[in-house]
Amino acid sequence: MSQPARRRLSAAARSERLTALLFVSPWIVGFLLFEVYPLAMAAYYSLCDYSVLRAPVWIGAMNYTGLMADDVFWKSLANTGFYAALAIPFGMVVAIGLALLLNTKVRGMAVYRTVFFLPSLVPTIPLAVLWLWVFNGEHGVLNTVLATVGVKGPNWLSDVNWSKPALILMALWGAGNAMVIYLAGLQDVPQEMYEAAELDGARWWARTRHVTLPMLSPVILFNGIMGIIGALQVFAEPYVMFPGGAPARSTYFYTMYLFDNAFVYHKMGYACAMGWIMFVIILGLTLLALRLSEKHVHYQGA
Amino acid sequence: MLRRILSVAAVLLIAGAVWWSEKITAVSVSAGPVEVTYWEKWTSFEGDAMRAVVDTFNGKQKRIRVKLLTVSGIEDKTLMATAGGNPPDVAGLYGPNIPQYAEDNAVIPLDDYCRKYGIKADDYIPVYWDNGLYKGHVYGLCSTPETTALHYNKRMLRDAGLDPNKPPATIEEMDVISDKLFLRGKDGKLVRAGFMPAEPGWWNWGWGCVFGGKFWDGKARITANSPEMVRGYEWIRSYSKKYGADDLQTFRSGFGNFSSPQNAFLSEKVAMELQGVWMHNFITMFAPKLEWAAAPFPHPADRPDMANTTYTSEDVLVIPRGAKHPDEAFEFIAYVQSQEGMELLCMGHRKQSPLRKVSQRFWKTHPNPYIKLFTDLAWSKNALVAARTPLWPEYNAEMSNAFDEVALLKATPQAALDKVQARMQPKLDRLLAVQRARGEQQ
Repeated sequence: MSQPARRRLSAAARSERLTALLFVSPWIVGFLLFEVYPLAMAAYYSLCDYSVLRAPVWIGAMNYTGLMADDVFWKSLANTGFYAALAIPFGMVVAIGLALLLNTKVRGMAVYRTVFFLPSLVPTIPLAVLWLWVFNGEHGVLNTVLATVGVKGPNWLSDVNWSKPALILMALWGAGNAMVIYLAGLQDVPQEMYEAAELDGARWWARTRHVTLPMLSPVILFNGIMGIIGALQVFAEPYVMFPGGAPARSTYFYTMYLFDNAFVYHKMGYACAMGWIMFVIILGLTLLALRLSEKHVHYQGA
Repeated sequence: MLRRILSVAAVLLIAGAVWWSEKITAVSVSAGPVEVTYWEKWTSFEGDAMRAVVDTFNGKQKRIRVKLLTVSGIEDKTLMATAGGNPPDVAGLYGPNIPQYAEDNAVIPLDDYCRKYGIKADDYIPVYWDNGLYKGHVYGLCSTPETTALHYNKRMLRDAGLDPNKPPATIEEMDVISDKLFLRGKDGKLVRAGFMPAEPGWWNWGWGCVFGGKFWDGKARITANSPEMVRGYEWIRSYSKKYGADDLQTFRSGFGNFSSPQNAFLSEKVAMELQGVWMHNFITMFAPKLEWAAAPFPHPADRPDMANTTYTSEDVLVIPRGAKHPDEAFEFIAYVQSQEGMELLCMGHRKQSPLRKVSQRFWKTHPNPYIKLFTDLAWSKNALVAARTPLWPEYNAEMSNAFDEVALLKATPQAALDKVQARMQPKLDRLLAVQRARGEQQ
């Protein structure tokens, strides 16, 4: 907006603008106080030696250089990357698959939809405790079921090769949220497109491949980005199920190391540096996802 | 016009409501006793023990009223409340928290108070006084103490043709007895074990000390990979090699919770365990018929000087910095330190007393038949404690991770401990540099 234009605002328009600002002010104040201020302070503390209880002491980039040389930082980052790289695509396939199934016209569909959504309403902590028993190497339900088909189940919780896959498997339990969003997206696909495709002789797979998925692509992008944000910040389940990231730090995720640094080791500055690095990683991945999706995402009416 | 009046009225109404709610919820500062808030971490019968002490203290005088609040995750919450300037007057932390919280200026020194109330080192079994010190100052006073000993199942030893009244004196003897008790089912799975270094898993960081290892020299040098430490971790590995790392893990994953009848020791799946003075309570609760005994933990055959090794720790009472009523808070702490208060508390916990002076009644009525043993062990020169440095939480995590790597045969003892050494020494160097920069003496 150029300067003269602003000066030309009438008294009424100015008053209207003030009213509008007043209406959004609770949000602006909240955003500044509870989002911008903590973010800025975290950025400042990340450049300090800070234990929360003593005044911060400026140390420049030492926390960041320290992190680059910290094996446990890299280990936790690698664990988190591994988890995200598998949990996001698996979760996506399962959620889309379920949404497609639940979009068919079958009697009692409302019941099925509810049943598949219900698991995502279970609170995290009880869920984690419950899964400890499902995965139990000796008496677990999962291994008992596997044994009936002749497979000797692994020691999910105490084998370094199986602890992360166990968590990935467990994450599928919460696919309900994404599923509902996909389902809403599916309802949005115009019926006439299917009719047109059918006239052209397209079968189920061709219709899914060339009509459903392209029309669903904005929703897939949205869920993909939410998935990246969620998976990279996985915390509560492993924190409850695997104290200290046991066995041998195979489940020690980024946020767990961050939490331990902040609240157990009293290294708040170091933890803030980790927080900012994670912020940059997530921002980068989100921008990458947006860039990569430019060619493949189709917005209706665009 | 009406709209303007209404909006002014609304503003006044809200302001009035805020003022009124502040008024009715404000703590009256004038008349009545001073209220001391106390954060306690224990629940169940152990929590009741402290509640009884608080009630007795409140009943004895009218000036101070202690309000006990049970708090989970007490370390984090005390940290955040202190940082936020609204801590409790007294907090019940763990002994190994002292160096870290003192270093961070989160708790206040109690030396002057101790002098005023005549509380001194000579009153205590040395280790329990020392656990509350940091850099020569008192920061915490003991609430309940602990020591550990070998707990063993007499029936299982007898059934295996061993003398149930002769517990192993050396690690080597224990390994032999343990081997006789290991049993596999038809499918080859372990169904019974003699001893397992990973059980109960609370002191995985400490086995090297049983072999004479030390965490550090107390000043500037970390000694995580000393030959004694490596020997301890080699012993851990010997179990994984003999019985299979996976088999031990699978067997252990089937154990129930500690505080349940499915506890491995209580359900007779493991015959010998290192356990604390509290174990007797859980035996009484969940397996009253268990035939058991306690004895000092064995030492390496060639290290008779390491006899009577025991892990000691304690709960401590501290006054966080910024507490509103430190004087009254200490008056309560002083009562807990009196023989009367301490015996009431420790009897409730069914632990020993950290004080040197103990009444005959305490010994006579104490339900734990081995209470004398646990008390004597606290006097042992091999009473092991967590390294008294603010870095202990990190050190503990590193040593426990090294245990995992060695027990799972993912790394050799030497390699795992070299890694710990390489990670911890720079952290200590940096801490010392920061302290020097602050102009503090070492």
